[in-house]
Amino acid sequence: MPRLIKDNAIVEDRWTLLRDAASPADVPDGVAAIVPLALWRAARDALRTRGEIGVWLKPDDDPELLAADVGALPLIAVDFPQFTDGRGYSTARLLREKHGFAGELRAIGDVLRDQLYYLWQCGFNAFAVRSDRNLEEALKGLRDFSDNYQATAARPVPLFRRRAQAVADGLSPSIERLA
Amino acid sequence: MYRYDSYDHQFVAERVAQFRDQTRRFLAGELTEDEFRPLRLQNGLYIQKYAPMLRIAIPYGLLSSTQLRKLAHIGRKYDRGYGHFTTRQNIQFNWPRLEDVPDILAELATVEMHAIQTSGNCVRNITSDHFAGVAADEVVDPRAYCELFRQWSTFHPEFAYLPRKFKIAVCGSATDRAATLVHDIGVHAVRNAAGEVGFRVLVGGGLGRTPMIGHVIREFLPREEILNYLDAILRVYNRFGRRDNKYKARIKILVKDMTPEVFARHVEADWERLKGGPATVPDEEIARLSSFFAPPPYEPHSGDDAGFRAAIADNRAFGNWAKRNVFPHKVPGYAVVTLSLKKTGVPPGDATSDQMDTVADLADAYSFGALRVSHEQNLIFTDVKQSALLALWGELKALGFATPNIGLLTDIICCPGGDFCSLANAKSIPIAEAIQRRFDDLDYLYDIGELDLNISGCMNACGHHHVGNIGVLGVDKNGEEWYQVSIGGGQGEHASLGKVIGPSFAANEMPDVVSRLIDVYVESRHEDERFIDTVRRLGIEPFKERVYATAH
Repeated sequence: MPRLIKDNAIVEDRWTLLRDAASPADVPDGVAAIVPLALWRAARDALRTRGEIGVWLKPDDDPELLAADVGALPLIAVDFPQFTDGRGYSTARLLREKHGFAGELRAIGDVLRDQLYYLWQCGFNAFAVRSDRNLEEALKGLRDFSDNYQATAARPVPLFRRRAQAVADGLSPSIERLA
Repeated sequence: MYRYDSYDHQFVAERVAQFRDQTRRFLAGELTEDEFRPLRLQNGLYIQKYAPMLRIAIPYGLLSSTQLRKLAHIGRKYDRGYGHFTTRQNIQFNWPRLEDVPDILAELATVEMHAIQTSGNCVRNITSDHFAGVAADEVVDPRAYCELFRQWSTFHPEFAYLPRKFKIAVCGSATDRAATLVHDIGVHAVRNAAGEVGFRVLVGGGLGRTPMIGHVIREFLPREEILNYLDAILRVYNRFGRRDNKYKARIKILVKDMTPEVFARHVEADWERLKGGPATVPDEEIARLSSFFAPPPYEPHSGDDAGFRAAIADNRAFGNWAKRNVFPHKVPGYAVVTLSLKKTGVPPGDATSDQMDTVADLADAYSFGALRVSHEQNLIFTDVKQSALLALWGELKALGFATPNIGLLTDIICCPGGDFCSLANAKSIPIAEAIQRRFDDLDYLYDIGELDLNISGCMNACGHHHVGNIGVLGVDKNGEEWYQVSIGGGQGEHASLGKVIGPSFAANEMPDVVSRLIDVYVESRHEDERFIDTVRRLGIEPFKERVYATAH
């Protein structure tokens, strides 16, 4: 069984990604399947009778189209055809922060170690790292930074609020002398 | 100046460690060229014509003498003993070795500097008014907000892989000295009728291949909402900006295609959701950031220094310098001094490591140990006692930084061009030098008066040629270097884009072309009319006729 990174650990992947499924007949029975958004929208009810279904989005798919489904879907995947196409970062934040999606949010496609930290901050908790790369190495990418300045999906309270709280608690962050 | 606390130090240290490992993996063949490229660019590292080029951020143009000494040291130890100040308040080193870059970044971190996001398709260094905090026409000191934006943009996880680069400029004065109208986002710190601070927000300005002036999408945004609003703008751009064609990928194209009204509606809709949320900036944070930019301990003076006034009258050379390179200060008895990096024969914006060290010493002696870098590629001491100007002038003359030409034709904005840059179509530095040599007569230069002449070696417009009163653009014609000339561009709050006067010229024709443009101006100007005013009044025709009539 293929493996991926999920919730900061390497785990076996029980889902099957169906990139080209165009009708419910393309979805095998009893398999946890990730189907394209278009198929989901066309045949939601038929798909549900087949078993567990997740949905994957292209970079230009509007997450708004899943607004009514986020409570019911166990998994949403966002595709990165090239790692330099950053649209999926916004898709993830909208799914988490606007639509309140709480299930598995998975990055698929050209998913590489050096982008994992930012992906995680934007709300992804699962990373189907490109199959030619070492997962143990990629896992280190999640530890590139210990914190960030901004409000993000993973850390909704921005640093300036936490910094102020630290000062109020008597834990003033030190300012060292310039060398 | 802003000072890093333990959080800021940790982020920069983590970035250095990250890039060190990325460089190691690239050199070991574990990262492909295509995978490494965006990573190195987001650390300021280009692979240039002859060597890598490292661009280091000088956030909103503020630099301490300690930091400048570190830059001098880096120039000496890792480069060829000089650096180049850019048109976006950065400094570039043209000859570092790729494998040394992690060490350079580690050295920079010790003085609270970095090269983060100085290139790549991400939010670049935040730029601002080089006279912030000291200009008499200032409404709001923009520096605390610049630092707020620096932190917000640094390692913003959502906006590291935008369709294209993204530049934000901030100003808080009546006079726009930060070219905010030709930035992806221009932010004007303003006050409303009730005296509350807020922001006028512009989007979609830019130079490059398709120059455009930005559009106001919000006249007054309450200051606490600015990060929510910036997130909303960037999110609309990140989702909908074109990615199929890099020449149409800047936000200005999206804003034009959508129309500014529709673009604004998208932004406002997302902002509605974010308003009042966690990224809303509390007054306490603004107060904390503002505390770093408190005025230095000025000595009380009742007015202008009598000795300074007398020296202007007594000494013509000093008077010329005081007229061109000294700017009034909001505090009595003080002045703002521009160090001209535009001496003829020296590439505009270049300084040697030795010069940087001396400037650092002078900043300590004359200006509270701090200086500024302007987008016109000059250095600025913001807080000099008028009584010390004569002595400072003497020191700057010895250094070669007292050329009394600020705002004049020879104060040329110029990119590195074909001598260094692999993107360039043509050289720009030799053109600047040839024009400076033509106009070496100071009396004539002063008679011509205020004139911005900007030179770019290619369409990317790093030399801001579109907003030069005279703009020069290097073009390639069948492998030869030619120069296209435009007139009528202007920067500032009345920014305008220049119009091309006609077919391009060979390099050796350029001084004559500029001379003829100036001749038409000198003959046709009304009293007190600047070159740009005459061009705006007459249009380009008479200039065009003269230039091309005598060219044959």
